[in-house]
Amino acid sequence: MLTAVLILLPLILSVPLFISSSNNSKNLALASSVLSLIVSIAVCFMFQKNAEVQFGFELNWVPALGLTLKAGIDGISIIPVLLTNLLVPFVILSSDSLLRKIDKPNLFLGLVLLMQSALIGVFTSFDAFLFYVFWELALIPIYLICLMWGGENRIKITLKFFVYTMVGSLLMLIGLVYLYQHTTGEPHSFDLQAMYAAGKALPADKQGLVFWLIFMAFAIKMPVFPFHSWQPDTYTDAPAQGTMLLSGIMLKMGTYGLIRWLIPMVPSGVEAWGNTAIILSIIGIIYAALLAIVQSDYKRLIAYSSFSHVGLIAAGIFAMNVQSMQGALYQMLSHGINVVALFYIIQLIEERTATRKITELGGIRGIAPGFATVFMIVMLGSVALPLTNGFVGEFFLISGIYQYNAWYAALAGLTVILGAVYMLRSYQQSMLGEATQISSFAELTGNEKVILYSMVILIFALGVFPQPILNLSEPAVTQLLQQARIN
Amino acid sequence: MKSIIALSGLGILSLLSEIFNFKKLLMPLVVIGLFACIGFAVYDWNTNIHYFNEMLVFDNPALGFTILICVVSLLWYWMSQSYFQAETHVTDHFAITLFALVGAIMMVSFGDLTILFLGIETLSISLYVLAGSKKNSLSSNEAALKYFLMGSFATGFLLFGIALIYGCTGGFHLSTIHQYVVSSNGNFPLMFYAGVLLMLIGMSFKVSAVPFHFWAPDVYTGSPTVITAFMATVVKTAAFAAFFRLFYECFAGVQGMWVNVLSIITVLTLLLGNVMALQQTNAKRILAFSSISHAGYMLMAIVSIMQGYVIHTNALFYYSAAYSIGSIISFTVLFNVSTATDSDSLDAFNGLHKRNSLMAFAMTIAVLSLAGIPPLAGFFAKYFIFFLSIQSGHIWLVTAAVIASLIGVYYYLRFIINMYGKSVDDLADVPFQKGHQLLLITCITLLIAISFAPGLIKIF
Repeated sequence: MLTAVLILLPLILSVPLFISSSNNSKNLALASSVLSLIVSIAVCFMFQKNAEVQFGFELNWVPALGLTLKAGIDGISIIPVLLTNLLVPFVILSSDSLLRKIDKPNLFLGLVLLMQSALIGVFTSFDAFLFYVFWELALIPIYLICLMWGGENRIKITLKFFVYTMVGSLLMLIGLVYLYQHTTGEPHSFDLQAMYAAGKALPADKQGLVFWLIFMAFAIKMPVFPFHSWQPDTYTDAPAQGTMLLSGIMLKMGTYGLIRWLIPMVPSGVEAWGNTAIILSIIGIIYAALLAIVQSDYKRLIAYSSFSHVGLIAAGIFAMNVQSMQGALYQMLSHGINVVALFYIIQLIEERTATRKITELGGIRGIAPGFATVFMIVMLGSVALPLTNGFVGEFFLISGIYQYNAWYAALAGLTVILGAVYMLRSYQQSMLGEATQISSFAELTGNEKVILYSMVILIFALGVFPQPILNLSEPAVTQLLQQARIN
Repeated sequence: MKSIIALSGLGILSLLSEIFNFKKLLMPLVVIGLFACIGFAVYDWNTNIHYFNEMLVFDNPALGFTILICVVSLLWYWMSQSYFQAETHVTDHFAITLFALVGAIMMVSFGDLTILFLGIETLSISLYVLAGSKKNSLSSNEAALKYFLMGSFATGFLLFGIALIYGCTGGFHLSTIHQYVVSSNGNFPLMFYAGVLLMLIGMSFKVSAVPFHFWAPDVYTGSPTVITAFMATVVKTAAFAAFFRLFYECFAGVQGMWVNVLSIITVLTLLLGNVMALQQTNAKRILAFSSISHAGYMLMAIVSIMQGYVIHTNALFYYSAAYSIGSIISFTVLFNVSTATDSDSLDAFNGLHKRNSLMAFAMTIAVLSLAGIPPLAGFFAKYFIFFLSIQSGHIWLVTAAVIASLIGVYYYLRFIINMYGKSVDDLADVPFQKGHQLLLITCITLLIAISFAPGLIKIF
């Protein structure tokens, strides 16, 4: 039942935000998101550490076609659920300056809550049709956020984003319906386990076809090279909060989808094409990192870094061993936290200096040492320094990929090395040196402290004590990999 | 039957109201009448009642479509209230639309080809008049004339088809024709083929399927907006119900005869409707082409007819409901926007969310539903129809439909882009016409309600 609470709470509370005429109901939105966070932390504590689906519900929806409303939380979905509910309060808290600037702040807050509801739905659905519905529902609020409050080229860029993801989703729908047709029983069923069984029973070439149909949707969402061309533009042009939602949470829809809805569903397809997917991911890692090095716009640099990091997660998922899978889940959590913190810092820099150009910054450390220190810590988390959260995830990922293929691991490890190059270089240019072009830079205040200090604490806490989180997901991951085995 | 009598009576009454001067009472009377019709239909549910030697058969699908038509007309009368008040000849409008409704109900409940023909003609003749009801507008007159000429041409086809079928089967009854199809073991005279195809063409014209669609964009654009809304909702629902009933009851057994032709028509309708809409800058014309493309999706339900599978009726019913409510919303918003800005162009929607946020929200929900984005009703409607087509083996048809709906997303998004993404210098408010605020809220509620209850799919 708690799953239903987590889905419905933001959905219901978004309604008064949509219709209210009052000026700014940030506190309501914040309260809702904090409540969701508390519930999901409670879920983590109450979670039985086994592979069962817990806190779930199942209702008939369209019996004639075998559609059910089936949702719940297991060890795999608990991590993205936690991530979503952890990040949304920060996104809302960080939106002060945006809310002041726009004339319909409540609409924005309502859309964020709607998005939260849809995302939780994606991560908890155990019925493919329900999953698809939430998957598409998540697109609408983020599209509107980017369209209404994005940068100059927003119309063109958001359209590309929308059409791109829509193509992927439709292909996935075709794939899912194809599997549905092969489930046993009359009417057929979209139930997760029935779909697994149907997918496994298909001949290998058909599984390959389904693999591509479904993989495309996830590959576009993450994105995996070469389906990424919407991503840098959209990330750069969206308002900071939109970018946080896109990179922090929405991207995880893709990685989660791979784990839940692809790997165990068509094991022979994965066997045939998983290698290709890893190669594409590794190309993406290196390609994006190289592009990040030459970026002059800070936001774009982080966008490419996110593209690079997600490639590592995807490669780890397709390596298909417990370590890499655990690493992928852990890195989903870490990457979400780090990237949101990074985009928030870029937002702060832009607000204070009215520029995102790295070359126009410099010497900020001399003026605002506190800010620069926090930035340093977040950055180190992102380049996976030991004792930070990034290290745990990437270590597991790379060692998991090593078990699959040592060469791939070596290439994938470039994500860390190249990451250090572009991150530290940009830090050096923007924070260190002489302050030639910047005369003043305010230190962190109020909410900014709350957000960034919590992020810093999370970065260290997850870096030093990864075990509680890893324990949550381990039984489910083990079971999933067993199901994904071809026998 | 009761509803036909009630609505005809109301129609005659409204003609008299000009003489006896109770014009103000008309609206309440019509509303009561429509509610009564819904009540009668609910009362008759499951009785499978028939009249006049089975010329009218009120089985559950007929009653379901009757209810749908009545509900949509209620919403439509609500929407067109202010338009009626602005016109001088209120009574004529009421009478004509009521007669059109009688025609529509005959079309969904016919058990005999003569009734089908009578229904279509009653509906069409009323529509010819309504299309030209803005007497001083050149485009309205043009629309009426075009519609009339093309419409009567198509009626000729239909009638010729009916005559040929009669020649073969010796009867007008659907059951007689069905018997003939079953008993003739695949040996049909050429006349029968010709009859089926001629009827197919006649019906395709009525539902504005490509290549018989040429009238639709001009008539939709030229007619007054409320009349366009009537054509896009009530008329379309009735025409499809009739088309479906005819082919489901009579010709399901001889699919080989017409299914290829109809598939081609469907693909053309899907692609052309959507592609043409891309280029338009006039919002009304976009909705006109969107209406053509939706005819394509609904035709898929007919293409995938399988004998004895009642679920296709359900899918068509759900689609009609989702499409009609979405259209009522979009036409209501268009009506308000074009009244306020004196323009039908898409640019009139610029920055609408700042000028009237409820309207912008309603339009967003409507176009997202029409575009088939989950979790709105339009998505489920499309999904059911696509699914049935896959089941009956029309994979390539579904592929075309998926491509078409992707194209569709693009032009529906243009409304959202204009409303939310673009701004205008002149941020004058767009006021609601009388009662339209509540109408939009009702329609949104209805749309969301049927979105969450796709279980409607199994009512028959």
